Amino acid sequence: MDIVKGDPMDILGLFMIAGVFITISIVLDLYRAFSGPTVFDRVIAVSVIGTKTAVIIPLIGFLFERPGLFIDISLSYALLNFVGTLIVAKYLERGELWSPYL
Amino acid sequence: MESLPIVSAILVFGGTFFMVVGSIGLIRLPDFYARLHAAGKPDTLGEILIVLGLILYDPFSLITVKLFFLSFFILVANPTATHAVAMAAYKRGLVPWRRDQE
Amino acid sequence: MNRRNILIFKFFILFAFWVLLSLWVLDPNYPGKFDALHIVKGLIASIIVVYLLRDLILHGEKIHIKFLRAIPYVVWELWQIVLANIDVAYRVLHPKMPINPLIVEFYVPYKGDMTKTWLANSITLTPGTITILVDDQRFIVHALDKSFADPLLIDQTMQKKLMHVFMEGDYDSSS
Repeated sequence: MDIVKGDPMDILGLFMIAGVFITISIVLDLYRAFSGPTVFDRVIAVSVIGTKTAVIIPLIGFLFERPGLFIDISLSYALLNFVGTLIVAKYLERGELWSPYL
Repeated sequence: MESLPIVSAILVFGGTFFMVVGSIGLIRLPDFYARLHAAGKPDTLGEILIVLGLILYDPFSLITVKLFFLSFFILVANPTATHAVAMAAYKRGLVPWRRDQE
Repeated sequence: MNRRNILIFKFFILFAFWVLLSLWVLDPNYPGKFDALHIVKGLIASIIVVYLLRDLILHGEKIHIKFLRAIPYVVWELWQIVLANIDVAYRVLHPKMPINPLIVEFYVPYKGDMTKTWLANSITLTPGTITILVDDQRFIVHALDKSFADPLLIDQTMQKKLMHVFMEGDYDSSS
């Protein structure tokens, strides 16, 4: 399938370097997820890791030259990450997810 | 256009730079609310730049539409998640750091 | 827009999304499927989603959006995002890290929920400010430095622009 324009080896190599840098930044965020002094630091670190994952998956899809396979996964994961962060924030704010008295 | 992969690579590297800046800020900043600044904003912009670079790599296909929806969703969802966590922390009494009370 | 029209509008948006994703005949690599089965599936899925989430957004309040005015606002907003992040990158990478955080509080005269939502999102995406609490015309905002809080407190450019987009000000001068 010939979907690339230009010299494929150079640009895909650059994508791979960019992916390595994003992975390094994910590891740096993991440091904050482990050692955040409050629980809110950990929640925001996990949300940031989720966004970076959702953007590194299409990049890997282009590296494998089958991007159509990976983009749906990345869209679903971005949604999942967002909803998960909202649920954890709601629980931390109220102490419960829904009130049993309503 | 011949130079389209080069523009795409520049955008992807710009986005990677912002993501690395965001994770460095997540480590360096002294307080939870300041870390929200460093986590939410460069992450969103870096993600939009990377997705824009991937769109320009292979334009006018189904992938373009899906990537566009991914970037639009993250553009709206990241500030909302940031605000949700900040509101939870504020209602739980987390006090922000000020420079004059070392 | 009363409530029934809003539900029909939401249904059409969802169905258009489904059709757009299932039909794409420009690219020979990813042929779309556009037969009767997929259209029926799209209709059923859109109806189910609109029915389950009928109370969630756009409650049926009167919303006055001029879409033609919203587009320059969104373009201005995207430019503010780029400026924001260049400034945050400078402050983070600087060895002395010149930040001086403070919390400000102000009141807005908006009545609609959507306007307050747009304002809260815009404040979070703008240089150096994050919305912390929105409580029925009261906004609490955390700013990284005093120079970031001044455009919100003193100039109020963003509030005025949103008042222009959503026609929240005096209704007589809307044209």
